[in-house]
Amino acid sequence: MRYAMAMDTKKCVGCADCVVACQTENNVPEGYCRDWIVENVDGTYPLLDLEIRSERCNHCEDTPCVRTCPTGASHVIEGGIVKVTHEECIGCGACIESCPYDARYFHPDGYVDKCTFCDHRVEAGDTTACVSVCPTEALTFGDLDDSESPITKLLKTRKWKVNAEEAGTKPQVYFLT
Amino acid sequence: MSKNVNRRDFIKTSAMGTGGVLAASSMFTWVPSFMEDSVAPLLESNAERTPTVCEVCFWNCAGWVYKDRDGNIQKIIGNEDDPNSNGRLCPRGTAGVGIYNDPDRLKKPMMRVGDPGKQEFKEVEWDEAFDYIVKKMNKIKAEHGPEAMALMHHGTAGPHFKHLFKSFGSKSEAKPAVSQCLATREAGFINTYGAGLSSPEPTDVKNTKCLVLIGNHIGENMHNGYVQEVSHAIDRGASIITVDPRFSTVASKSKHWLPIRPSTDIALLLAWMHVIIYEDLYDKKYVEQYAYGFDELKAHVASYTPEWAYTKTDIKPEDIRKSAYEMAKAAPSVIIHPGRHTAWYGDDTQRMRSIAILNALLGSYGKKGGYYFAEKAKLPSYPHPEYPHPHWTWKDLTKKDGYKGAIAGVTNVIREASLPGAKEKYGHEYKGWFIVATNLIQSVPDQEKTIKALQNLDLVVVVDTMPMEITGYADVILPEATYLERYDVARVAQHRVPNIALRMPAAEPKWDTKPAWWMCRELGLKLGLEDYYKWETYEEVLDWQFKKVGSSLDEMKQIGVKLFDKKKKLYLDDGEDYFFNTNTGKIELYSTDLEAMGYDPMPKYTDHAQPEDGFYRLIYGRAPMHTFGRTINSPNMNDLMDENNIWINPKIAKIWDFKSGQEIWLQNQDGVISTFPIKIRVTERIRHDSVFMVHGFGHKNKKLTRAYGKGASDSEMISSYKIDPVTGGTGMRGNFVTFLTENPHKKEQV
Amino acid sequence: MKERLFTSGRDMLNIDPVVNAWHWEIPAYLFLGGLAAGLVFFASFYYLRGKEDQMPTAVKIAPFIAPIAIVLGLIFLLLDLKHKLYFWQLYTTIRLDSPMSWGAWTLGVVMPLSVIWPLLYLDDLKKYFWNRNIVIYEIIDWLEKLINDFDFTKTIMGWFKENQKAIAWANIILSVILGVYTGILLSAFNARPLWNTAILGPLFLTSGISTAAATIMWMAYDHYEKVRFSRIDLWLIAVELFLITHMFMGLSSGTSASMDAAALFLGGPYTVVFWVGVVGMGLLFPAVLESMELLGYKVPIAIPAFFIILGGAIFRFVMVDAGQFSKYFFQ
Repeated sequence: MRYAMAMDTKKCVGCADCVVACQTENNVPEGYCRDWIVENVDGTYPLLDLEIRSERCNHCEDTPCVRTCPTGASHVIEGGIVKVTHEECIGCGACIESCPYDARYFHPDGYVDKCTFCDHRVEAGDTTACVSVCPTEALTFGDLDDSESPITKLLKTRKWKVNAEEAGTKPQVYFLT
Repeated sequence: MSKNVNRRDFIKTSAMGTGGVLAASSMFTWVPSFMEDSVAPLLESNAERTPTVCEVCFWNCAGWVYKDRDGNIQKIIGNEDDPNSNGRLCPRGTAGVGIYNDPDRLKKPMMRVGDPGKQEFKEVEWDEAFDYIVKKMNKIKAEHGPEAMALMHHGTAGPHFKHLFKSFGSKSEAKPAVSQCLATREAGFINTYGAGLSSPEPTDVKNTKCLVLIGNHIGENMHNGYVQEVSHAIDRGASIITVDPRFSTVASKSKHWLPIRPSTDIALLLAWMHVIIYEDLYDKKYVEQYAYGFDELKAHVASYTPEWAYTKTDIKPEDIRKSAYEMAKAAPSVIIHPGRHTAWYGDDTQRMRSIAILNALLGSYGKKGGYYFAEKAKLPSYPHPEYPHPHWTWKDLTKKDGYKGAIAGVTNVIREASLPGAKEKYGHEYKGWFIVATNLIQSVPDQEKTIKALQNLDLVVVVDTMPMEITGYADVILPEATYLERYDVARVAQHRVPNIALRMPAAEPKWDTKPAWWMCRELGLKLGLEDYYKWETYEEVLDWQFKKVGSSLDEMKQIGVKLFDKKKKLYLDDGEDYFFNTNTGKIELYSTDLEAMGYDPMPKYTDHAQPEDGFYRLIYGRAPMHTFGRTINSPNMNDLMDENNIWINPKIAKIWDFKSGQEIWLQNQDGVISTFPIKIRVTERIRHDSVFMVHGFGHKNKKLTRAYGKGASDSEMISSYKIDPVTGGTGMRGNFVTFLTENPHKKEQV
Repeated sequence: MKERLFTSGRDMLNIDPVVNAWHWEIPAYLFLGGLAAGLVFFASFYYLRGKEDQMPTAVKIAPFIAPIAIVLGLIFLLLDLKHKLYFWQLYTTIRLDSPMSWGAWTLGVVMPLSVIWPLLYLDDLKKYFWNRNIVIYEIIDWLEKLINDFDFTKTIMGWFKENQKAIAWANIILSVILGVYTGILLSAFNARPLWNTAILGPLFLTSGISTAAATIMWMAYDHYEKVRFSRIDLWLIAVELFLITHMFMGLSSGTSASMDAAALFLGGPYTVVFWVGVVGMGLLFPAVLESMELLGYKVPIAIPAFFIILGGAIFRFVMVDAGQFSKYFFQ
């Protein structure tokens, strides 16, 4: 099993529903977020390009955050989901420094927190909270090892890119362009 | 230990070649229970859920409210059966939790202490507040008649108060939203097709091949079902044509973006008509069968060539032609979308007429991928005696102002008729207002006039959940329970399939807040209107209504949304006879009604003022995470966006030596200066002659602890407005601002 | 014009707009670790070479600073933790892939050993401080009496003395590990292009040794030893300059991310503090002074020593701060 997410930049309007759905689903404290919206503008009026992306932890294949964690709090579970066991985390910040995507943050209680791909929902056969609310259905979550899954098909038929490929972490959030 | 749940997973090190499985420290992972993580995600299957209808915007999506282990509302998600949301709420709906949790909410009834204008209030019990209101209302009734009471409202609480007002003997009510929003659109369509569009508008975006958006920034306004269908359209490769001086989100997803010079939209629409008629691209069969006045229209648009339009709009003739061909290619699966906030420049009914006519030429009305015929369920009203007949209503006053095409109460007219000396002008005057869930200070242009009217009234009652600017002008403030804590009138929305939806409380009202139905009933009883309130709780009313349509309150609590069988067809068959509810029974390209009322029967282009040197046209709009000014203080939504900024083109920024993030103050053409500074966003996404800001920020009420002083208020800068002569709609896009880099309020503070 | 912004209002403490998870604690910890490693290394090295009496400061005196530096370093590390009550989780596992993990373990092991070493030279230390009229000698005196008061402590000390060679060997190995650790801790973080260079490890190692050498040079009372360490320091400075040059050459010829990282020091916000503070004040200036000293001019040795130590500290602060500033910028 290899969980991944595809994010369709053609459809996303940057409404941030994914952000707030994650916050209410996962009790993310006020002022923090596990996913966020980035807007890139390029060009000169009126020849312009705008790309909007919903970003989050990339649940990389190669996980520098897990590698640098001194206690094993950061770990990988089935399907390649990267998680943090709060009670093992000492809050040293090593994983934050090692993430090219700045996807981790210190929870006000001290431990490091991040996107879990809503593993509690996925385990129950559901999809992630952000995917389930996305009004434009720009987000697709699924198993890349399953050749029939919508995400596999999307990645076969659409052009895509990943963020900070040169960081070499093999990220698993794909941006359809 | 519950922590061992995590241990069940395998721990992988994917490091530099070490690979393999390294079991880390399983013998050391014991953790004292007090140290265990208390914040766990919600398990939906174990949680309690209740149906709701969202109140964060008028789209009123149906959803489910989930509570956590401690019985607190944790999250809200969409109802799968709901055609408005299709099971997916927008960010504001998802963030609705914050509206319930906001610690700044109004908590107890309050009454003014001392002079009006002084913002000093004391907390009172509900009875004391009601007694005061009833005494005042009875006095107004005795001296001026019950008609002198007016109701300004917005949202779902409105119908409860409308019932109270009608029972009392007044039919004067207005939704400020209508005058600025739908009034001109509805008038435009009624005068063309004999029917308005209503809400949610029956545009078949889901099936369209070409969607034309004029100043319609869908995606930034999160009209939920509409956004969803636009996304489907993008998926299907439908072409989108966006006309906007700003590179809006949807402009970035469009095949054609026409960066128009603001205020020249009618020129573009006329040129499109010209191309479509004179290049024989219109739907001849459709026009012949359904339309009236084609020859007149053809003659009328003869001179409106793309070359002529170029001089007005800044859009190159070939781009006007290309986009017209694109529409014609897709016809009849094409939508020239009318949008919602349609009062812009004072000739708005005519602009909406142009849009309606263009759709008719392309034969899209009543066609798949164009406009479908929406259907609405019928829910009978709970029996009550006939309402008394008022001697006069808003209509009589509106006629005096000459807005013959007005379709609903005009906020502006009610305000005029509340000013000192109104009686001489109108023969009548208003002495008391109920303001329900609408912040008139921010939502109606010309704040000074609104305040003058408010100070002239004998009674101002404000019903709201939050302390807004308007609550400062109230004599009595009634704290309303939020939509998550109350029963309300059932939602009966038009859609492809007729349906009803239930809103019920998910939690007890916080503090001493009450639902609107309770307030109205209590007031009704105290006013001696018990015949109109022959029920104890609103559950009785709902149950009675639901049973009339073959359901019940119990069933609705389980399902939230009920769909009914369709009785109407969605689209016209090819060549099917159809009677349009106009004078001629046809689609009136040439409006006989408008002509009879003395207006232009066909839309004409007029030049509007352009900014003077050093001034820029103020364009305001929406951000997807907020609904006007209402949600700025709500914790979750504030978290997503807590202030607005002003978009300035880099060329202009260079002239002024501005940097992104710098704070400036705004001053408009009438010398009005913004109370608060606003941060600059230097961006290519805006034309050089305009600036853009998101509406609703710059709140002045200090009790809004999150929103106070954050960003600037566009409403404050809108002191000039152009009134649409047909409907009385207030066009607010004719305001211009310049920038102040020094704090203009410094001197006053000393 | 290019714009990149968060539209969902993201502004998280210590993360936005640039990562700032590590403040002064980590660079201070790295500096102290490097210093301790150098001191322990020199002491053991010259002891094993039988130069105990030729290099009395290095072998007998200066090492007393090492345990103090290490304890302080560990305190700073603890201060850096945001989930402090859980610090013991560091010692429930050894994760070889995590420099933070084996660094913490190394420090944990080095610390007791570094305490033993000065205990073997309490007499010399007492004399050193007595001569300089520094009241620490009273504490040492009390400590000496305490050890002599009990048989078992005397036995243990005796055993240490007998096995000093073994301890020295262990020290050498551990100090090298510690030194390397303080160097490569940062370069293990590929996500920060500035740190993501193989040269940073040797550079920090050299810089750590050089601060230790400067400390010994400063404390030395013997002319031979002073000159010796002056020379060592000059060499180390030369190596550092060489490595710095190479680091910039490497970064500047790398990916756009590493070029951006190098630009932080080549015209960017860290230019002045790096070239003036670290290279000028911390390397070139003391090098000139030491060369003059070696050529026979009278220069108070404290001045170059102080600047080397200060430069070494600034270097770590700058690298940690600038590294967090540098990132992969994806359009």
